[in-house]
Amino acid sequence: MPIQSQRMRKRLLRIKVNGYWREDAVAENELLVDFLRDVLHLSGVKIGCDGGECGACTVLVDDQAVPACLKLAARCEGRSVETIEGLAAQARPSRLQLAFHEKLGAQCGFCTPGMIMAAEALLRRNPNPGDRDIRVALSGNLCRCTGYVKIIESIKAAAEISR
Amino acid sequence: MTVSNRNGMAKRQGIPLIDGIEKVTGRARYTADLEHADALVGRIFRSPVSHGQIVRLDVSKAQALEGVICAITGDDCPHTYGVLPVAMNEYPLARQRVRYRGEPVAAVAAVDADTAERALDLIELEVHELPAYYTSAEARASGATLLHEDRPGNLEREVHHQFGDVHQGFAAADVVREESISCAEVNHAQIEPHASLAEYDPLTGRLTVQSVSQVIYYLHLMLARCLEMDTSRIRIVKPFIGGGFGARVEVLNFEIITALLARAAGGKVMMRLTREECFLTHRARPQTDIRLKLGMRRDGRLTACECEVVQRGGAYAGYGIVTILYAGALLQGIYDIPAIKYDGYRVYANLPPCGAMRGHGAVDTRHAFECVLDRMARDFKLDPFSVRRANLLHAPTRTLNDLMVNSYGLAECLETVERASRWADRVGRLPRGKGLGMACSHYVSGAAKPIHWTGEPHAVVNLRLDFDGCVTALTGAADIGQGSSTMVAIAVAETLGISLERVRVVAADTAVTPKDNGAYSSRITFMVGNAALDAARNLKRILIKAAASTLEARLEDIECVGEVFQIGAGSQSGLPFAEVVKAALVDRGPITVEGSFTCPPEAQGGKHRGGAVGSTMGFSYAALVVEVTVDDATGLISVDKVWTALDCGHAINPLAVEGQIEGSVWMGMGQALTEETRYVGGLPAHASLLEYRIPTIAESPPIEVHIVESHDPNGPFGAKEASEGALAGFAPALVNAVANAIGIDMNDLPVTPDRVMEALIERRRQERLGQVRRVAQ
Repeated sequence: MPIQSQRMRKRLLRIKVNGYWREDAVAENELLVDFLRDVLHLSGVKIGCDGGECGACTVLVDDQAVPACLKLAARCEGRSVETIEGLAAQARPSRLQLAFHEKLGAQCGFCTPGMIMAAEALLRRNPNPGDRDIRVALSGNLCRCTGYVKIIESIKAAAEISR
Repeated sequence: MTVSNRNGMAKRQGIPLIDGIEKVTGRARYTADLEHADALVGRIFRSPVSHGQIVRLDVSKAQALEGVICAITGDDCPHTYGVLPVAMNEYPLARQRVRYRGEPVAAVAAVDADTAERALDLIELEVHELPAYYTSAEARASGATLLHEDRPGNLEREVHHQFGDVHQGFAAADVVREESISCAEVNHAQIEPHASLAEYDPLTGRLTVQSVSQVIYYLHLMLARCLEMDTSRIRIVKPFIGGGFGARVEVLNFEIITALLARAAGGKVMMRLTREECFLTHRARPQTDIRLKLGMRRDGRLTACECEVVQRGGAYAGYGIVTILYAGALLQGIYDIPAIKYDGYRVYANLPPCGAMRGHGAVDTRHAFECVLDRMARDFKLDPFSVRRANLLHAPTRTLNDLMVNSYGLAECLETVERASRWADRVGRLPRGKGLGMACSHYVSGAAKPIHWTGEPHAVVNLRLDFDGCVTALTGAADIGQGSSTMVAIAVAETLGISLERVRVVAADTAVTPKDNGAYSSRITFMVGNAALDAARNLKRILIKAAASTLEARLEDIECVGEVFQIGAGSQSGLPFAEVVKAALVDRGPITVEGSFTCPPEAQGGKHRGGAVGSTMGFSYAALVVEVTVDDATGLISVDKVWTALDCGHAINPLAVEGQIEGSVWMGMGQALTEETRYVGGLPAHASLLEYRIPTIAESPPIEVHIVESHDPNGPFGAKEASEGALAGFAPALVNAVANAIGIDMNDLPVTPDRVMEALIERRRQERLGQVRRVAQ
């Protein structure tokens, strides 16, 4: 069952998701994370907390990394939203996704989609980030498996390849 | 890093996880991601009080709400569940009595989340409150109300072990030091919240549960017990799991509740817990008070150890007995100590039950031990490394409590981190506020005696071979992100001499995979790895026989290299793998071969009561050095760098081993610096990832990992565990580094800035008092 209120008024939302425009009726109080997961079945967007604690639901809204649990779907009218599913073209992982795979930036993998989206936003605005840039950009994304060591290595490797 | 290889295994430079692509592309389906559009939503009603007698519980109004399919209470399940068969004292839904705030009391299944939540508001509960205890001391006080009538003094278990002559040991010491150290309760805080999806078919009477479990076999047993169902009617499937660290090594109340709801509703129920509910479910490392006394000779040799441990275990048994036994048993197995006395007390209190967490039972006592050891080294002006070296074991040996030590790479670990950190050049010569500290730790590679001891093999792996030439490894082992499925694939591919891509691993589905005890006590690499090796060898024999008969050669002359079976290693022609498979299967059709592993009785610990806990066939060993900066204006500790060396016997997959070591060391850092659960009147005040502060990427240090390979005689390819051993060393190394930096011994965990400030202020006060006294004289 989609987690959404039956009683809230709905409105028509025009939104670009992973490169394609679409229109959906959404409740005014529907969170972006629930819209993406329950309506669009983009379950790569993870829920790891009760709101704004962990960063697992990080998506890009107009190239900015934001936690989808802190945004109403209705506030994304006319905007472009990208999720982890949108990074792989024809199911071929992006350089960043491949780097996370090869360098073991993902262990259990649950924080990984959010982590990769936050890193993707960073690399788009700074293709050659230093340690400190990476630490600042990902400070809202919690990982419990890696100690972040191999996450930093993965992002650096991806930046290296694209140079 | 040692890269020598005595076990005939080609050295690989690290293999990405075989399920890694699914994870990085977002295709991996975790429990909450499973198709559940047609499922009801389950929600749990929890006790608002810490301790009380249930006077009235009425779910009729909730049941009557439109959209609610069923509401259940403790009346729907009169069976207890738990870990040890002798200590199952917990109901999935409370009956008659509630013992902690947040304990499940009732549950509903409804058409959507809104309805389920409104239904919870309609449940009526009246409780006659009883006195509640939030500390071990309050719960143990004489006259305290008992949480469980059969447990006087609110003690779940007392342990009194003595090995060797402790009095004589202390008499032989040149110095005896005793300290009291307290470690806060911590939580696993795995990033995936708990979830369970259960489906019951009333026509066939079958139940399918997909859940976040590390131990699907135990879940299988407990569901059969609580639902009074035949195990053959239950299927458990493990989806992708978003971390465990022990959070899911016991069957959890919501898993049984979801199954009960699904049966009551006659359908499918999805239960997703909030982060707050995950903290209430808890089962992590207990708050622990340790009193440790060590005796040492002038040359650094330990003469005796006396240790008292009090663990505040929460309201129910869970793993408690095992935890309190581990805390004592793992005082041994790392150093040579002639006499050890251990007194352990596991206490019931009105808080969420504790359980197993990475480094189960060993972490807090190891912390105390390594801190006190360092301070005694200081007493004698001995180097911390030399004190450890003065007490090394010599493998193979057996400890006083009859644990096997078959391989022992601690000396090499010490040497490695001493050199890597340039300890000798740098310790005591760092700028103001900076310090170096070190410590050692160890952990078991699987409990040599499983919890439900029934006599069957410790691990079984099946290999299925069909005409398509795919080798399918069937294992019940739960991959929770640690890479266990990858390890199985590598072990099979290496042994058969085939490419990794030819091996497919199907894991943790009770309908398909052989029973496995699950992912706990770091048992998988050692036990499942050995079972996989055994299965692969059995399959190899069949293939070689087929190849020999086709090639008209002797069995012993056949080799398989690069998927080609040939006569002798240098031979030019040979049979490709697909041909050999056809030859092997042509008479009998597709085959499934079996491999198993069992720890022999002599590995299963001493004969004393509780002697099985701590027993293992292979201990991992670790040494680490931590460099810190302490800001004496704010009390803030920053960890600048960590050097760690772990003896994992042999790194089957060095990449995964590194990842495990980094993760465990870092988790130790969280416990050392910031992590702590806090309760106010039994209400968790820490129940979010903002209040429960795990380290972010911003303050996480570089961790330099060195792998030491001692080549265990019994491990698969010589391997031992790599996921837990390094954790326990972090906190003491940090405390020792703080002492090195500012000259203050911090005794309690976590070492928060306020604790450091308090200690600094106290020292300044004492210094001023001293000055005033000198002036007055």
